[in-house]
Amino acid sequence: MGRASWQTGLIAEPARTTLSQHEQPRPESLPAAELEALRGGDLRDLLPAVETERRLTDWGRSERVDGLMDRTLVEFLYRYWFRAEVEGIENVPAAGGALLVSNHSGALPPDASMIGKALREEHTHPRPLNITVEHFFKGYPGFSMLLPKIGCVAAHPANVHRLLNDEGQLVLVFPEGRKGTEKLYKDRYRLRRFGRGGFVEAAMRARAPIVPVCVVGAEEAMPVFAQLNLLKRMTGLLYTPLTPTFPHLGLLGMLGYLPAKFKLRFLEPIHFEEEGMHEDKGLVQSTAHDVRARIQENLFEMVGERRSVWFG
Amino acid sequence: MRSKRILITGLSTYWGGRLAKALEADPSIEAIVGVDNEEPSVELERTEYVKVGTQHALLRRVVEAAEIDTVVDTRLVVDSVTTSSRKAHENNVIGTMNVLAACAGAGTNVRKLIFRSSTHFYGSEQDDPAFFHEGMGRPHPPQTPIEKDILEAEASVAEFADKMPDTDVTILRFANVVGPGVRTSHTALFSLPAVPMILGFDPRYQFVHEDDVVHALEHVVQRELPGVFNVAADGVLALSEVAGLLGKSYAPVLPPWGTGLAASVMRRLGLNIPPEMLSQMRFGRGVDNRRLKAAGFEYGYTSREAALALGEHLRLHPLLRTSAEPYRYEREVEEFLRWSPNVRSARVKDQAPGAPGPASGPVERYEDLGAEEILSLLGSLEPADLGALREHEAAHSARAPVLRAIDSLLARSPARASETAPRT
Repeated sequence: MGRASWQTGLIAEPARTTLSQHEQPRPESLPAAELEALRGGDLRDLLPAVETERRLTDWGRSERVDGLMDRTLVEFLYRYWFRAEVEGIENVPAAGGALLVSNHSGALPPDASMIGKALREEHTHPRPLNITVEHFFKGYPGFSMLLPKIGCVAAHPANVHRLLNDEGQLVLVFPEGRKGTEKLYKDRYRLRRFGRGGFVEAAMRARAPIVPVCVVGAEEAMPVFAQLNLLKRMTGLLYTPLTPTFPHLGLLGMLGYLPAKFKLRFLEPIHFEEEGMHEDKGLVQSTAHDVRARIQENLFEMVGERRSVWFG
Repeated sequence: MRSKRILITGLSTYWGGRLAKALEADPSIEAIVGVDNEEPSVELERTEYVKVGTQHALLRRVVEAAEIDTVVDTRLVVDSVTTSSRKAHENNVIGTMNVLAACAGAGTNVRKLIFRSSTHFYGSEQDDPAFFHEGMGRPHPPQTPIEKDILEAEASVAEFADKMPDTDVTILRFANVVGPGVRTSHTALFSLPAVPMILGFDPRYQFVHEDDVVHALEHVVQRELPGVFNVAADGVLALSEVAGLLGKSYAPVLPPWGTGLAASVMRRLGLNIPPEMLSQMRFGRGVDNRRLKAAGFEYGYTSREAALALGEHLRLHPLLRTSAEPYRYEREVEEFLRWSPNVRSARVKDQAPGAPGPASGPVERYEDLGAEEILSLLGSLEPADLGALREHEAAHSARAPVLRAIDSLLARSPARASETAPRT
């Protein structure tokens, strides 16, 4: 490690650390500009190494909790309760960053964990999925502790960029966000506005493909009949829907899903090869619009083909 | 530019003291001056300690008189438990102002300023990114006095950097420091029988080991790395994971609502949790450490290893506490050791690598010279050479009259000259 030589003090040239290839041997010629350039992409090589002794990732995902959930609750829901059917899983790249964009619904949405499970079960190269969630959850006791453990990260542009660009991971976003989960049963499968296209910008900046995902079944698994604003104010929760089981069965009622048949469809990825595409705001907006239109179109098609809500 | 004459502020702090000690080993550094308002806490050999007030008002005169070219400012207080908030403000804001003023004089020699800051700069909030990098500002204005101080101090350093383009200004933002030698409010928290937590929260923590702190400071002293760098070890741990690594359980004793109130009750009971720590215990913080790594720095510890090292120390501490006598600075002793002509040992040896050793030139025939001949030649030698000669003589023929003569000459010669400028 060179620490011994550092202590003898015989070295005029800095010797404790080995000079990396980025660094010039003469200190005079290591300009700030070069360091700034490093900020771009080369820093990827400098990501922390994985410590095998650890059971948590730097993002807080816990192998133990995630695995336990995956083996029990999620497994049960995926296989027996929702009897999920998956098509187009090959559209998710086997390596490198990719941004999965999906429709969103339900009070405690089961769609995210079903997409994650589908990747685990059906894909040839199963990879963990990072689910972006509202910052709100980081501030709410309980959620703050549990959500990172099962692979949720706050939907911050910097987080998405690091995951896609630097770490080359899969990220799931719901561009509808809260508007999606607040939506009532009567508006089912009608996509809300797709934010300000921030997700497209993130994908373009990281030059990672967007994979649109359609989920049918989540709307019926937990239909929302109304939003209870008084309860929302009392609990400080993000939203308090009236569902068949919530709030009269308490917090556990949040998990009271009806056994609707789940169908997941992964669409053809959209690639962004050029650099600097994210600076073109018009392009960002039109791409966001395209993605939304494709998901909407496929959703209507899937709902149209469906004979029964419960049996598919 | 190579740093030759270095001024370290905050010499009595753990960082300042250890950095001075590390730099002493580098013979290319001519002078190390340490200033602080308290006495040094580690034993130093050639670092000169100057006592100054909290505001560092007279620092400029020290900087000018010693022709300082590099100022390492390790004095910032980033833990509000260790100091009262008024004293911390005085030190952090007014002190920084005066340190900068000392570097900014008209004919100043200062070409490099290294400023030790903290990742408290970024704060801990709900909508933070998971990894702050150096280009990111703070998403929300600071709430606690200590964070306000840090931001204010950094702002004045940034302003200084703009005003003085010839001076390389490096800001190092250190994550929570842990290690056997350092006491912070976090290590105090971790030394409790169980690690207290806020119910329902498991924040992300990143540490940096105390050795890495010193090495990082040394790294930037030895190079030209202007800009801001995060210094935090690889790996971001959850607080529950930290408790596990320390071999302790965790206790969610703080309620999620009314946490501040509960903390003030605990303060009464003797457990001091400062407000900036409360927000960290709720939301945690991670930073991107890759910029410093790109600048060639290698961390000796990961966050996990740092936590393990702390755990080991906490287990051993009760056993080792009594065995080692802590160092106490005594002015008269230090001055005697540095300047007295009667001090012969260690010092002289230290000069050996710098002085032309007995192996050069005429020494081939040295052994042939008689004691009288040597005595007649001694008068023409420099004190440093005399030292080397004495060593050689002692190791080889060890003729008593020669040794005695050299000793008396060394005692009479101005020891100071050989101390500060070994090369000349």
